[in-house]
Amino acid sequence: MTTRVGVVLFPGTNCEHDVIEALARLGADASLVWHGERSLGDVDAMVLPGGFAHGDYLRPGAIARFSPVMGAVSDFAAAGGPVVGICNGFQVLTEAHLLPGALQKNAGLRFLCTPVDLEVASDRSVLTAGVEVGRRLRIPINHFEGNYLCDPATLDELRAEGRVVLRYVDNPNGSVDDIAGIANAAGNVVGLMPHPERASDPLLGSADGLVLFAALLASAGAGVSR
Amino acid sequence: MHFEALVEVRLRPGIADPQGQTIERALPALGFEGIAAVRTGKAIRLSVEAADEAAARRRVEDLCQRFLTNPVIEDAVISLEPLSPLERQ
Repeated sequence: MTTRVGVVLFPGTNCEHDVIEALARLGADASLVWHGERSLGDVDAMVLPGGFAHGDYLRPGAIARFSPVMGAVSDFAAAGGPVVGICNGFQVLTEAHLLPGALQKNAGLRFLCTPVDLEVASDRSVLTAGVEVGRRLRIPINHFEGNYLCDPATLDELRAEGRVVLRYVDNPNGSVDDIAGIANAAGNVVGLMPHPERASDPLLGSADGLVLFAALLASAGAGVSR
Repeated sequence: MHFEALVEVRLRPGIADPQGQTIERALPALGFEGIAAVRTGKAIRLSVEAADEAAARRRVEDLCQRFLTNPVIEDAVISLEPLSPLERQ
């Protein structure tokens, strides 16, 4: 059965078609969900793609969090549905309190757009289930506010519960504990700064992003009885 | 009553401020010596209608907590001033 993925489109999102293309390549049926919708329709997983939702005014994700669709995304997440936020989508998920912590300006105060090496730090998430811990993936980053931070108690919790999902091999932005991606306690909500959709074909320099999307689709498919 | 509120959004103590650090590093090159502890933030002005100053402050504090700041990294200093009807125009 084809896995259906909703890809949220906020005003200012700009990676939505890349995500749809990458998911379609893996056989998924991915389609856009406008941010003004109050219902997600019949989906097995949700992706919040990268971009500049609502122009990133005030703070990245601060206004997107109040978009009507976010109520439905929260309900979907609370019911165990897989939700992945990529880059700006990660920022939206932290602002919406679906993930802890915050994303600050990069330590070097530069916008970073470059491929980076990541290490899978935990397989206890919908985005890394079945992926070998320690596996290296080469995936681009493209952000100004990607410097993850949280209070020490939250960091201890993330580490102890295997919720640090991806780490940078060579920390590009000052993120605490080299964190590139984290999950919620249940593992069904994941945020990451790197863009797996930009590593979805050898022509793009790497197809490593498909490893993560394949894990997401497998996780979503396993939950179809939900 | 109407009040003009000035909300100063600041990074919490201990949160790195790369923008402030960059400004601070640039100062000696411009001939400014003896300046330290540069921190950047945002200033937001708004006018608010409330019964009295305490009520206005509560509304703006709530607005800061839920929207204008990200409490993980930021806090806010609020100043309020009553607006006369003339100033409102």
